[in-house]
Amino acid sequence: MSGDSDSEVRLPESLSGVEPVQSVRTPIRLEYDYRPSASAESYLRAYAEKRIIGHRSPVDGAVFIPPRGVDPRHGVAISEEVDLPDTGHVGNFCVTHLPIPGRKGLEVPYVSAWIHLDGAAVGFLGLVRGCPSDEVRIGMRVRAVWRPDDELGTTAENIRHWEPTGEPDVPLEGAGNRSFHASQPGADAGESDA
Amino acid sequence: MREVAVVATALHQVPALTDTTEVQLMVPLINAARDAVGITQADIGFTCSGSSDFLAGQAFSFVQTLDAVGAFPPICESHVEMDGAFALYEAWVKLQIGEVDTALVFSYGKSSPGSLRDVLALQLDPYFLAPLWPPADAVAAIQARLLLESGLVGAEELAEIAVRSQRNAVGNPNAVRSSSEVTVADVMAEAPVADPLRPSDLAAESDGGCAVVLAAGDRARELCGRPAWIRGIDHRIDAHALGTRNLTRAPSAELATSLAVAAAGLTIDSLDLAEIHSPTTSQEAILVREFGLGGSTEVNPSGGALAANTMMAAGLVRIAEAAGRIIDGRADRALAHATSGPCLQQNLVCVMAGE
Repeated sequence: MSGDSDSEVRLPESLSGVEPVQSVRTPIRLEYDYRPSASAESYLRAYAEKRIIGHRSPVDGAVFIPPRGVDPRHGVAISEEVDLPDTGHVGNFCVTHLPIPGRKGLEVPYVSAWIHLDGAAVGFLGLVRGCPSDEVRIGMRVRAVWRPDDELGTTAENIRHWEPTGEPDVPLEGAGNRSFHASQPGADAGESDA
Repeated sequence: MREVAVVATALHQVPALTDTTEVQLMVPLINAARDAVGITQADIGFTCSGSSDFLAGQAFSFVQTLDAVGAFPPICESHVEMDGAFALYEAWVKLQIGEVDTALVFSYGKSSPGSLRDVLALQLDPYFLAPLWPPADAVAAIQARLLLESGLVGAEELAEIAVRSQRNAVGNPNAVRSSSEVTVADVMAEAPVADPLRPSDLAAESDGGCAVVLAAGDRARELCGRPAWIRGIDHRIDAHALGTRNLTRAPSAELATSLAVAAAGLTIDSLDLAEIHSPTTSQEAILVREFGLGGSTEVNPSGGALAANTMMAAGLVRIAEAAGRIIDGRADRALAHATSGPCLQQNLVCVMAGE
């Protein structure tokens, strides 16, 4: 493009002086009647009983959470459910200093953590509270803080957050996904993330 | 050109998958296709899939479906937001480049949780058409009306296409609509859904998926006793805006067919069968004319997409149905077709032959 761009488009006389259309709003809404699968339903129903369910791989016994009905490493279906304890350790974490727009009751800074339950091969996301954010560390032992029994539903929100247990930390080399990754063929434990 | 063949196929289509996730659908299909030729994911050089987040109602849903592949250690992988037939084209190109000798192609669609006819409105242009939310049936009916008014095709011919599909689909475990008894009179007596299209003119919606293994050259001969060699494959696109097109024609289908058939060194009348991805009988009537198919070619022996139209997979299913008939020796030369976009906007033609 060169020169005066206004001179390159000539509107018909009938449009002279009218306000240009600068935006068009085309609202889009689609509705889905969605069932999240039998394995997800088991998981969510167990939450209502303060139980946490994982799936055990038929290949090597690794336990995945949340259960998705498949071992994603091998593309193999999983049907064996395992009850997991509500205790584990922080595999990795992030301290956030900006609030989430529209979300109330979440004071900054807050700590998002990858929670590795005892017996699970992989972690899942949770909030860590109950100690200053600068004391949260990889390997810190935590337990679930559940909602009161009369507020429980079929939802992961039943776990309000995770709090420190005060037990000795899991050593760094065994924390998070490190030991799991080290056990995988072709993986280099030295490069793995928690 | 490098010789590339379909060496294994697996498919599954049902009216609705309620409790089964896309991952759980694809695990047995991908394993069945690989097992059929005795290979594992480690033997696959390239993996390509086709699906749509608009069906799943989730962003990046296709990434989750990689759980079904076993993508660990990491694999060379790609995805198209198109029917799996177009994913197969990408894999075919990858095999032509020569860096890999095998490819896994899969696609799936689970449209039952949403309203497919509304989802399809969103493929129209976002300023002038999509805000009007025209249902897919109505858009197709405008095309069908033009076709009938032009005198090129009569209403009875459309009913005959519907009857042939339902009869051919008898015995096909992956068809969701079939009948050995339906007659032209029965179809003509149906009340239109979107005039002039009647229920039997519209493809039966299904949920499902399809997996295909491709291999090049001698690798294909090692893996399969009778590979379905892809002798010609081409895809072409017409204008998106419906008002700019002559909707009684599909020039992109004509061009893709003539190029694919010529690349195969064949003539259209030498084909034993054609599997056509036509979401309506009227579109099948247009495609048969664009392909130039005569009476010597069996059309849609599986019942075609009219018997089960899995959004995002129906085109790859056509390739799998045609290839399967070559692999098991029922056919020597076959054409498979896939379409995408409104009113046959995009067309892919794959011509396959046995040795």
